[in-house]
Amino acid sequence: MDAPTAVAFTPKTRRFVMRYPALVGMPALLIAFMAVTVIIHPDYGSFDFQSLAMGAMPLAFAAAAQTVVVVAGGIDLSIGSVMAVMNVLAASTMEEATFGQSLLLSLAILVAGALVGAINGFIVVFSRVPDVVVTLTTGFVWGGVALLILEKPGGGAPDDFLALGQGTLFTDWLPTALILVIIAVAVIWIPVKRTRLGLLLYAIGSDRIAAFRSGVNVERTRFVSYVVGGLFSAVGGLGLTMTTGIGSPLAGVYYTLSGVAAVVIGGVSLAGGRGGIVGPVIAAYVLTLIPTDLIFLNIDPNFGQVIQGTLIVFVVMIGGLVAVLRARK
Amino acid sequence: MSTAAPRTRLIPGGGFGSLLRSQTVVVLIALLILFVVGIEIGRPGTVNSVWVSNMILFAAPLGIIAAGQTLVMLTGGIDLSVSAIATASAYIMATHSEGGAVWAVLAGLAVGAVVGFVNGIGIALLRVQPLVMTLGTGLMTQGILIVYSQKMLSHGPRVPEFIIALGSSKILGGIPVDLLLWAPLAAVMILGLRYTGFGRLLYAVGDNRGACELAGVRVSQVLLTNYVLCGLFAAAAGLVVVGGTGTADMTLADVYLLPSVAAVIIGGTSIFGGRGNYSGSIVGALILTVLNSLLTLLDAPEPIRQILYGAIILILATAYTRLTD
Repeated sequence: MDAPTAVAFTPKTRRFVMRYPALVGMPALLIAFMAVTVIIHPDYGSFDFQSLAMGAMPLAFAAAAQTVVVVAGGIDLSIGSVMAVMNVLAASTMEEATFGQSLLLSLAILVAGALVGAINGFIVVFSRVPDVVVTLTTGFVWGGVALLILEKPGGGAPDDFLALGQGTLFTDWLPTALILVIIAVAVIWIPVKRTRLGLLLYAIGSDRIAAFRSGVNVERTRFVSYVVGGLFSAVGGLGLTMTTGIGSPLAGVYYTLSGVAAVVIGGVSLAGGRGGIVGPVIAAYVLTLIPTDLIFLNIDPNFGQVIQGTLIVFVVMIGGLVAVLRARK
Repeated sequence: MSTAAPRTRLIPGGGFGSLLRSQTVVVLIALLILFVVGIEIGRPGTVNSVWVSNMILFAAPLGIIAAGQTLVMLTGGIDLSVSAIATASAYIMATHSEGGAVWAVLAGLAVGAVVGFVNGIGIALLRVQPLVMTLGTGLMTQGILIVYSQKMLSHGPRVPEFIIALGSSKILGGIPVDLLLWAPLAAVMILGLRYTGFGRLLYAVGDNRGACELAGVRVSQVLLTNYVLCGLFAAAAGLVVVGGTGTADMTLADVYLLPSVAAVIIGGTSIFGGRGNYSGSIVGALILTVLNSLLTLLDAPEPIRQILYGAIILILATAYTRLTD
């Protein structure tokens, strides 16, 4: 796998590639997908690029939220529902608000997201019930909460607020949705990753018992991973409001599963402790491009879901196969 | 998927925890009776033979899906594709109903066997985590079904009479027909897990896969068979569900995913494998069905019901895990 192609690289580059395969592989995959898109649809213009950036923004945040939890060795199957709660919260409170008020409300929703993440994290840690089961159930509960806030799709937000996610900056090729993703991920993730907390997250993800014996407070760190995940989910919910302009209580389902797909494709190990946030975020754009390409090709876009499922299965199967072959040697 | 957080604690030597652990089913039945009494107090006259037979009628599909889920969890896995399998099975059966009863049922069950086989290949041979694998195959199944359904618009699905009879009717003055499928299946599950080699292997593999491999067990064959069985159970449950509703749609069995996992967990089967049994899951399925009926009687709006249902599942699972762990 590595020998023939890597010969040309300097040792330093090679080490970088081996250490962060997703940082090299994912942009390459995205560029390949973009190239395919431009080939099958030569008219591809800045407008299409803007809709890609807008369409992928909520998924990028869902992927980021899932990454934080998965890196710490957990899983969160409630992310989609939490995003839906934040989405309907935003759309139902901002309908009559001014731009300034909507920004304040956004701050409140970020706090609410962290709070909801804290509730999830508390239940996971306190109950000792496996995280899959807990978050599957809390996802169901948050889905109910979203329906309680807004019975059917509706609500709204001030135009200036929507423009934050739907506009462009400087040129038509720089959608604000893309800038928002970069800023939000950087603002939330870099302080986490660069401090003790990041180290602890990766530590409990890669070997919980070893981390515990080294004096890491495993339960508190797991709890914090869900809080940060909740914060990303809240940003995702706000992103959903900006790009769709309304709140829809049932929007969640798609983002839970596709978020996991993005995490897997983005090179984060579901066993925990491995992978970064850039891979999954880029994977979100790849996953959003697939149905678009299918439409350009006049193929039923519902195949997108099939391809997404197949991609997950293939990526993990290849990962498994490599591990099995390596173990045989 | 993860090991429990290491902690210093006393091994439960007595008290309620050890009673719950050794006599899970008895305690669960007591809880079930408590729920039933609660319903009778809240709405006197509700509980009668018709109500009981209705509860069993509604619990059967959940119980059948939970059978597969129990098998998979005993080996330390989980199957999140069961609801997609059940939906697909029901739909495929309904679109093949013109070819005769046997052909239609076989077509439905084949869905379960195929998806289960793919799950098994990934999990058993390539050692993919069950969670991701079944999430992926669930997405694939759902997507393929949507594409298939649009091709089938010309001659839509038709649920045959005998499936409707299976999912919604009663015979001999109140015995639900789906119990005639569920009861033998439950007997085979309970006895099979206890007395057959395959059943014991599931516990062994779930407890310590490495030791089983060293002892010469073909673990991958055991797991592969197990996921195919789980798929078949889910497919069979899908047929019962569509018999109850009468129409096959794309979200038919979605509501069964959470309860299928919850029934097994509440029933005392450990998701980490090696511990539990099917009788617990049966009572778990009955408890969840009665809980649903309780919430319906409350006459609360749907979102409130959903929140309460999830909260009670969390409380039950937490109580069980904390008391026995």
